[in-house]
Amino acid sequence: MPDALAAHADAHGQSHGHAAHHPALQHHFETLEQQKEASTLGMWIFIIQEVMFFGGLFTAYMLYRIWYPEAWSEGSAELDIVLGGINTVVLIASSLTMALAVRAAQTGKQKAIVNWLIVTMLLGLTFLVIKGFEYEHKWALRHVPGLNFHAEPGQAPQVEIFLSLYFALTGLHALHMVVGFILLAVIAWMAHKKRFSPEWYTPVEMSGLYWHFVDIVWIFLFPLLYLVDRAHQVAG
Amino acid sequence: MLSAIPLFPAQASTFAADVDRLYFLILAVTSFFAIAVVIFVAIFAVKYRDESGTKVGAPIHGSIPLELAWSFIPFVIALGIFAYATVVYFELVRPPAETLQIYSTGKRWMWRFQHISGRAEINELHVPRGRPVKVTFTSEDVLHDLYIPAFRVKADAIPGRYSEIWFEPSQAGTFHLFCAEYCGTSHSGMIGRVVVMEPADYQAWLSGSDGQPLAVRGQQLFQQLGCVSCHLNDGTGRGPSLAGVYGAKVELANGAGVVADDGYIRESILTPQMKLVSGFQPVMPTFQGLVNEEGVMSLIEYIKSLPPAVKPAAQAAQAPAAPPAQR
Amino acid sequence: MTTTALPRRTYLNHEFGIKSWLLTKDHKRIGLLYLVFVTLAFMLGGLFAAGIRAELTTPAGDLVSSDTYNKLFTMHGIMMVFFVLIPAVPAILGNFVLPLMIGAKDVAFPKINLISWYIFVIGMFITLSAMVFGGVDTGWTFYTPYSTQASNSNVMATGIGVFITGFSSILTGVNFMVTIHRMRAPGMTWFRLPLLVWALYATSLVQILGTPVIAITVFMLALERGLGFGIFNPVLGGDPVLFQHLFWFYSHPAVYIMILPPMGVISEVIACFSRKSIFGYSFVAFSSLAIAVFGFVVWAHHLFVAGISPYSAMVFSFLSFAVAIPSAVKTFNWTATMYKGAIWWKAPMFYVFGFMGLFLVGGLTGLFLAALGLDVHLHDTYFVVAHFHYIMVGGAIMGFFAGLHYYWPKITGRMYSDTLGKFSAVLIFVGFNLTFFPQFVLGYLGMPRRYHAYPPEFQVFNVLSTAGATVLAVGYALPVLYFTYSIFKGEAAGNNPWGATGLEWTTQSPPLPENFPDQPVVTEEAYDYSKREIKVA
Repeated sequence: MPDALAAHADAHGQSHGHAAHHPALQHHFETLEQQKEASTLGMWIFIIQEVMFFGGLFTAYMLYRIWYPEAWSEGSAELDIVLGGINTVVLIASSLTMALAVRAAQTGKQKAIVNWLIVTMLLGLTFLVIKGFEYEHKWALRHVPGLNFHAEPGQAPQVEIFLSLYFALTGLHALHMVVGFILLAVIAWMAHKKRFSPEWYTPVEMSGLYWHFVDIVWIFLFPLLYLVDRAHQVAG
Repeated sequence: MLSAIPLFPAQASTFAADVDRLYFLILAVTSFFAIAVVIFVAIFAVKYRDESGTKVGAPIHGSIPLELAWSFIPFVIALGIFAYATVVYFELVRPPAETLQIYSTGKRWMWRFQHISGRAEINELHVPRGRPVKVTFTSEDVLHDLYIPAFRVKADAIPGRYSEIWFEPSQAGTFHLFCAEYCGTSHSGMIGRVVVMEPADYQAWLSGSDGQPLAVRGQQLFQQLGCVSCHLNDGTGRGPSLAGVYGAKVELANGAGVVADDGYIRESILTPQMKLVSGFQPVMPTFQGLVNEEGVMSLIEYIKSLPPAVKPAAQAAQAPAAPPAQR
Repeated sequence: MTTTALPRRTYLNHEFGIKSWLLTKDHKRIGLLYLVFVTLAFMLGGLFAAGIRAELTTPAGDLVSSDTYNKLFTMHGIMMVFFVLIPAVPAILGNFVLPLMIGAKDVAFPKINLISWYIFVIGMFITLSAMVFGGVDTGWTFYTPYSTQASNSNVMATGIGVFITGFSSILTGVNFMVTIHRMRAPGMTWFRLPLLVWALYATSLVQILGTPVIAITVFMLALERGLGFGIFNPVLGGDPVLFQHLFWFYSHPAVYIMILPPMGVISEVIACFSRKSIFGYSFVAFSSLAIAVFGFVVWAHHLFVAGISPYSAMVFSFLSFAVAIPSAVKTFNWTATMYKGAIWWKAPMFYVFGFMGLFLVGGLTGLFLAALGLDVHLHDTYFVVAHFHYIMVGGAIMGFFAGLHYYWPKITGRMYSDTLGKFSAVLIFVGFNLTFFPQFVLGYLGMPRRYHAYPPEFQVFNVLSTAGATVLAVGYALPVLYFTYSIFKGEAAGNNPWGATGLEWTTQSPPLPENFPDQPVVTEEAYDYSKREIKVA
């Protein structure tokens, strides 16, 4: 790496012709390779930061679950495992289509990039719509903490804390999905304008990383929220 | 005039001197290092001064032995201070077995102290000199903190939980009492006095009001709220017998064991399903909203006063036969 | 000194107009944009402090109402912590100097750097609005249940402002970390990096891992206050102390965000004005990383009297003693650097002298608070206030000023009055001690924090403190004057007015927009004064 830079140092004297550059190379980088490594490192660090962000809520969840296992079991039983399960499949599928979009960019299949990105966005939208139905159902049942919560008879009062964390976690996750959706729309537009090539498709890859992260958060949320004590509940 | 400017609070509790000794030890150690570094910096700044800015310093880069020395030695000193400080700390947080119990609640912006004999006071706490006192307290709204500088004790008052401080006053007199956790508008007005009296004077003061002893009030509540209908003394009721339960180990339905202390009793009254006793159904209703913090404290005092059951072996033999007690 | 002319083409004069500043991607211009707003925040925070000290001159709460006083100390804390101390060295000096120090043309993500600044300004604007339209009175610590259930002030708006500002800190951290990993010049190996870079790297670690936690904590606070969620509500079984754990999980490491970069600056200035390599370079570099890591495991020392178990308290007390060791190592190394150095008594070095004295007191008084048996008495008293002001102001701000005085010629191309610089340093040192030393005594006497009115026997020390604050204010006002004057009338500085080592001093002052005319290649160790024949411009 130092050698490449040193060699490049000669080629890039005071002024340089733009013909020597890939059009996507930003001027503070020496090579496209350096730029790509910087972008990738940056996105991974950003994702680690996101893990810490969700971490605070997971910490609260963990603490209260240890303290109030019955309330956690009761609260979890009130969530719709079918809709949650469908959403899980939808998101995993969307990660697959995202990976296919990145693959298409890698192999220079311009139309395929756009198509796979659009499918990913549609799957994401499906997730959000189903989530919307779940929230609306919770509102109808008067299970929304603070706003219209009404404890079921005989229920532990701490179920309201479980539901607070449910809405906080899934709400934050949904927010991240909306951001991801917008991000993919921008990337799809760029792909439509043929901005990517096998030499440079970093934005597609970085968006993929972000999308996969949002998917993984859901993979944690689904069992932790929907499947608490399910075996016991099913057994009756 | 100078003597009128206080530098230290009075040492009015038996462990205040221990705390001050710790303070002076740390002061000595830290002053030594601080002065040493300052002296070295001053000497070097003057001795090696070069006003021209054109000279170069000596080509010294480091010394591993020195690095190890000045990492290891401060660490050992720190360890020593930590150990000593922890010993003093355990003195502060472990009350002796026999203490004079006082209950308190803080709320915006006042402290209420309840003596178990029945006398209550607001923003003033009368205590006898020479006897260990334990104050068990909570908050009725936001965080507060009970702080008595002359005794060197403090603890946060947390809504939903009990905190406790203990002290043995060593000097008669009047001392400051402060709220030391910001609680809103009149945080600095939530102050009072601790009045330490000679034991005889304290007794006289205690009997100076017609308040009902806390345990008696607790017994009345026990009847009024219907506790007596389930918590039968012989253990055949829907709830466990409370005879001698205070301070005893209780086995829970999930297999864990807890000591029935103040916090456990409060929790059992306000959130009964949380630590269900083994062998009993989760049928106890919550009394949240039906009894206030002072009521809970009086119930605790009443339960404390219940002697252990007379024939424990006979009770155990009887219990399984009774219909409600099912696994 | 030979007279030098200002360079022809610089980052300041190659483009003019407001658009060239508001849409700049140049890290140097962005550093200056931060300087403007951080200075504004410092003045506002100082104004609130003046209000506090004015009220506390007399025992009775007679100057302002209790609610107003509570808002004053809250807003002082919020302004100073989030809008001055956290960004000061990283966003101003770090932004300006980091690419220059490593021989790069800019940071890794210049557009994100600009966005960080906009996020900072927007967050500051929202927080200021909350302060102007009613104020906030929860204390900068926002403890529940007061903040969620009892306060009638603009908690939500302030929370939103702080939440947004946090992302500025996170993005700066990401930017710096990637810059240091990927954009070092050929030959700039890790162990040739200046120690300020190590400090900024360690700080970035904390910014990235810690700041998201305060973000989520404020988010939970907003959900609870705004929507009535019950996460911290004791009536529902929630734990108000959980908030404190989450809050301090960030806010303790945050104090290392505030002190690590200034410590890096101290290393730079001491090396330069002793004309000598920093004693124990690797130890100083690793101590920055150690502080960053250890800083994450001591948070519950803020909860010693908040009902945590004594065994838990023991663990955190031990770790709090341990975290002091790397700072001690740094202090000893700096002192040893001066041994057989050639000490040049210039203004930046005076701020270093001040830092050494004040940081020592601040750091060492932390040991008093880490000691469990003593913390029970001292917690939430003025002892704590004195301790953290010695570190934040005596340490961090002194370090920032040292850096400002050191890099001013590089940033502006101009020299300022060295005499006035030294005079300000002395004034600040004296004023600071007069303001805060009496507060140690007040704390041991038992005067609690955040008190609007206090018992009369505490008055003498409060009066001393207020007197000191007046001196301190003058000390801080002077640099504004002589720095401003220097911009118009200061002598041209030349590439290297201090005769320092480091890539940033090899290029012109002010620097070119692209920093270096040719890609620098590094062949020397850091602070290699032995080979130099120092020619001071």
